[in-house]
Amino acid sequence: MNAVESKTKFVSTDRRVREDRRFVVGRGRYVADIDLPGMLHVALVAAQHPAARIVSIDASRALALPGVHKVLTGAELVEAVNPLMNGLETPQVRRFPLAVGQVRYAGEWVAAVVADTRALAEDAAERVKVEYEKLGFVIDAEEAYTPQSTPVHPEHGSNVLLDKTFVWGEVERHFAEADQQLSFRVVWGRNSTVPIETFGVVASWDPWQEVLDVWASIQMPKYSDQIARSLRLPGNSIRVHQDVDVGGSYGVKRGIKHSVLVGHLARALGRPVRLIEDRLENMRAGDAHGPERIFDVDVAFNADGIVRSMKMRALDNVGAYAGRAPFQLGKPIGAIVGPYKIESVQYQAISVTTNKTVQEAVRGFGQAPTNYAIETAIDRVAETLGLDRIEIRRRNFIRHDEFPYLIPSGSTYDSGDYHTVVDKVLAHAGYDDLVAERDRLRAEGMLAGIGIAACLEPSGGNSSFEPLLNDKNTTSTWMDSCRIMVDALGTVTATVHTTSSGQGHETLVATVVGEVLQIDPDLIRIVRPDTLSSLPSNSPVGSRMAIMLGGAAFKAAEKVKAKMVAIAAHAMGVPIETANYVDGTVRTADGREMAWEAIVNMAHRQFHALPEGMDPGLASDHIMQVPTGVQLPKDDKVQMYPCHSFEFHLILVAIDPLLGKPEIRRYVIGHDCGTVINPHIVRGMTLGGIAHGLGAALLEEFAYDAEGQLLTQSFMDYLLPSSHEVPDVEIVHHCTPSPLTVLGQKGSGESGYLGSPAAISGAINDAVRPLGIHFTRLPMRISAISDAIAEAGPTMTQEEI
Amino acid sequence: MSVELKVNGRAVTVDVEPRTTLLDCVRDELGLKGTHAGCEHGVCGACTVLLDGQPTRSCLMFAVQADGYEITTIEGVAPQAGELDVIQDAFCEAHGLQCGFCTSGMILAARSLLEREASPTVEDIREAISGNICRCTGYGQIIEAIQLAAERMRGQNAPASPSLSRTEAVR
Amino acid sequence: MKPASFRYVRPNSVAEVCEVLAAEPDARIIAGGQTLTPMLAMRLARPSVLVDIHRIGELIGISRVDGAVVIRSATRQVDALHSAIIDEDLPLLAKALPWVGHPPTRTRGTVGGSIANADPSAEIGLVAVTLDAEIVLADGEDEEVVLAEDFFIGPMLTVASPSACLTEVRFPRRPDGRLGVGFQEISSRKSDFAFASAAAQLVLDADGACSELRVGVGGVGDVPLKLDAEALCGTRLADAEIRDFAVAAMADVETVGDLHASEAYRRRAGAALIAKAIIEARQGALNTGSSGGRNVG
Repeated sequence: MNAVESKTKFVSTDRRVREDRRFVVGRGRYVADIDLPGMLHVALVAAQHPAARIVSIDASRALALPGVHKVLTGAELVEAVNPLMNGLETPQVRRFPLAVGQVRYAGEWVAAVVADTRALAEDAAERVKVEYEKLGFVIDAEEAYTPQSTPVHPEHGSNVLLDKTFVWGEVERHFAEADQQLSFRVVWGRNSTVPIETFGVVASWDPWQEVLDVWASIQMPKYSDQIARSLRLPGNSIRVHQDVDVGGSYGVKRGIKHSVLVGHLARALGRPVRLIEDRLENMRAGDAHGPERIFDVDVAFNADGIVRSMKMRALDNVGAYAGRAPFQLGKPIGAIVGPYKIESVQYQAISVTTNKTVQEAVRGFGQAPTNYAIETAIDRVAETLGLDRIEIRRRNFIRHDEFPYLIPSGSTYDSGDYHTVVDKVLAHAGYDDLVAERDRLRAEGMLAGIGIAACLEPSGGNSSFEPLLNDKNTTSTWMDSCRIMVDALGTVTATVHTTSSGQGHETLVATVVGEVLQIDPDLIRIVRPDTLSSLPSNSPVGSRMAIMLGGAAFKAAEKVKAKMVAIAAHAMGVPIETANYVDGTVRTADGREMAWEAIVNMAHRQFHALPEGMDPGLASDHIMQVPTGVQLPKDDKVQMYPCHSFEFHLILVAIDPLLGKPEIRRYVIGHDCGTVINPHIVRGMTLGGIAHGLGAALLEEFAYDAEGQLLTQSFMDYLLPSSHEVPDVEIVHHCTPSPLTVLGQKGSGESGYLGSPAAISGAINDAVRPLGIHFTRLPMRISAISDAIAEAGPTMTQEEI
Repeated sequence: MSVELKVNGRAVTVDVEPRTTLLDCVRDELGLKGTHAGCEHGVCGACTVLLDGQPTRSCLMFAVQADGYEITTIEGVAPQAGELDVIQDAFCEAHGLQCGFCTSGMILAARSLLEREASPTVEDIREAISGNICRCTGYGQIIEAIQLAAERMRGQNAPASPSLSRTEAVR
Repeated sequence: MKPASFRYVRPNSVAEVCEVLAAEPDARIIAGGQTLTPMLAMRLARPSVLVDIHRIGELIGISRVDGAVVIRSATRQVDALHSAIIDEDLPLLAKALPWVGHPPTRTRGTVGGSIANADPSAEIGLVAVTLDAEIVLADGEDEEVVLAEDFFIGPMLTVASPSACLTEVRFPRRPDGRLGVGFQEISSRKSDFAFASAAAQLVLDADGACSELRVGVGGVGDVPLKLDAEALCGTRLADAEIRDFAVAAMADVETVGDLHASEAYRRRAGAALIAKAIIEARQGALNTGSSGGRNVG
């Protein structure tokens, strides 16, 4: 692999994020901004029941309204499209954009109404009469796991989509040898990323070209392939316009069902059709809820705090259909021991269907819940042994000199320096003062606690979890690409072959290409071709773009540079090895030079002057394989992602014992994602991720009542953190470059979120430790905190107002 | 119904149903797409516009109610094409955004704050943007952007002119 | 999320408003629209006609009338927040107003709209109940004056008939003497509807004993409640007495539970906030010194 640049001109410097300029003037171009002549609008008819047979659908009153063009039902749609893809081999869990024959969760789309305006479509949707016959349903994951539970998909035979137990290493022996064991259960509540922009898609069919043009708020690997498959169209009949700005995603903007629905309608009606979810549609049937997971953990450890082995049972409630969501149990296998040297692990991954909204990929792809369970385990061991929670982490950390480090489940961690990051955080925070402050608060009658979380962010997103959990899947690449063109006037254009949802890909590519070619990144144009003009990409998932798009841009730029050197060396009659590229000019050892413009001109116009066998023009592309992603799984082990960023959270929380509201008084995070390409972007990701995790820890939940109805379907009840709730965060940087990437960079797109729920939980549990309480469920609502405190210590109820 | 609106200093007449929100009106009738629909029930603040200089959720007002007000959308903030105003420039400088969806509302909320308070505290800023949800940034860089803008507007620091000219030779 | 169709009228006077309301049983008044519009958007409210009162001059303004501060119903919350009259004569309301919504909802939301909407956790309604404000309704030719405590009858329910237009709220001006006020609130996020809120206004005599005390609690039940605080009058408001009062006061209150806050929580938080509000008010009064005056805490 390439050596890390010793000195960079643009990488890691304090440069502006170029995308920001269009957004601050309101000139982003989001899917809802696409206006096509003759465009029609979709509204959905939503199921009232968590499970019911559709007896009949009467659309006559809807169709009687002027301006209503179509009411599409599942029964009609199923004749025209193939089922949506499942990640696992669960062919009887059939999913279509609209319910077919039966509804499987409250809010599921039963019919799509197409009208001249969205308001009119909503008027008509109210007039569609659906007759149901209620069926039995299941909401709870443990209940769904039992054989006697009502199957959400009777054809599948049970609610179990996945139940696989992995044993890596000598688990039983380590448990037998260890001095002590402990067990606990923690529950990660159903939350999600909930972007401020809902999902939307616009499609237009040209029957003469046989092309479906698609504009969508999308962040989805192989999006156009999946639409083509479902719509039974050739792959090159789908043209996705990737220059659409996506108003936040963080994983969930997958929208296949919406896109197949709208694509079908556009073809059927011969008019452009758009579906922009409203907030209610988004919350209850956008199929974008996140993991909901019960962890049962057993830990075996020695008296000195060394954790020998761990057994983890993870039961995930994916909701009514399968999709890609069960894979979120697979990705954490790549960091199943966190930053610790745990010798062996048993991991049971269970995925069940229930009559809840469908789950989608969420920031970290299952890693944040897993980190919460691992960090709870370490805190519990410390508590059991009466050891300091930081000291016990130090004892278990992989040491800097032990990298590359192979963990039991088959991934090798590339690099890290966990002890140093912790030292830097403690020094920055003034740890002793922080402890003193906690104790001072306690003396004042507050509950106060310190939270600690040490977490990994696997990055460089490969999809090795696919073949690991599905042996019919033989995927071993998850490439990304970049093309660079130097035009005849000498200006440079580079490409991004996916959509962006705020990650700053244009800045990334411009910075990296500028670095390699030693030209001002601001002068490089970045474009996003449509999918028919694109090289392969797997979209910005899995904290991968700094590594993969950055890597592809770097290598494509190196090819351009090499060609320029070859042209100039030939022109000046010197061996290539002696020609030196400096700031866009090629110099010879004897002091001659050939300038950028001259080389470009030669490449574009003077074929006669080019080295023999060289093609004219000045362009290059690079399709990059994921570093380390070369093997299929073997013996239930696999290299998951290539790179492993590290974060260490240290926080102080104070709680009024009566009111129960946790206030974060101090938040410090140490962050090591290797070489930082743009400091603003990495900082923003980290701060945003922490805020997102704060929501998961304290505020956000898709909660259901016993009747299977979603209680939190608007922003009145699903509580996103505001500027009042998110504290100031201090970031302590450290850089342990990855040996596997072109600049030493690792991923940072999921940072913060992967550890803040664990840290906040740890702090609140530290605060109530004197009362003998453990909070074991997220979100920790203030009412539940206060109620538990009151129950534990009735004597203090009126003492501490 | 016919309604006469004054938007970004320009008088326009639109013909809308009474149920058309000011949000949908500026987007669909006036083509001002910089105002965004996030929740349409008055919580997220993505649709914020200024009414007589005061931040207002345009999803919570009907266009037929809006005649006679000076309406400012994000498109009315930049002094001219290609030139950012101080607040916009500060948001770029501090990277006070990521996906950009909440940004229009944030900048208008900031503008309203800075018009009445030249030296806001961090708490003032938090309060001023508390009705605008940002899911990307965790607010830190937004707060810094507004502080930076305030500082520059107080004249203590001239705005840096971003060197984005494309006329220079590539070197 | 688009409202069902409705007609829109903007009368110029209260009399015209009453005419429309009398003629159209499904008409709804819209003032600031900060609560009604989301209900329209979700089609939870489906009026045939929307009667916009937000620019009717006679419904806007804050004035001193006799011993009262009169806030006309369409006065915007932001204007109340910045009102010198309220600052001087209604310090309890001044203390509560920053808790109402967010800046961008206060720029449109009105004082009367908040009262008429009757959310049990609304701050303005709690202050009205605590201070025995009078709510004035115009209904046709009739004018009806209702004590705030009698006005609210349930969550989003009032005694006002559908044909009535709330025209003004009359708050008794602050008493003279060593006055202190306190307002406390708890919610998941600062700007959310309160799980519990408490308001207190008191006067200390020259010896530091409490000569007058008004206390209210909101958010915990179906309506904002005024509490009988007679027991604390004449005392020096020791912390322990205040706490005992608060716990006893909440013992009789029927609290509601939901996903976000349990019944027990609302009871406990209510008591805690009542105590905090009284203590805050007491400290404010003490800080004014023995000479009285208007520098309230």
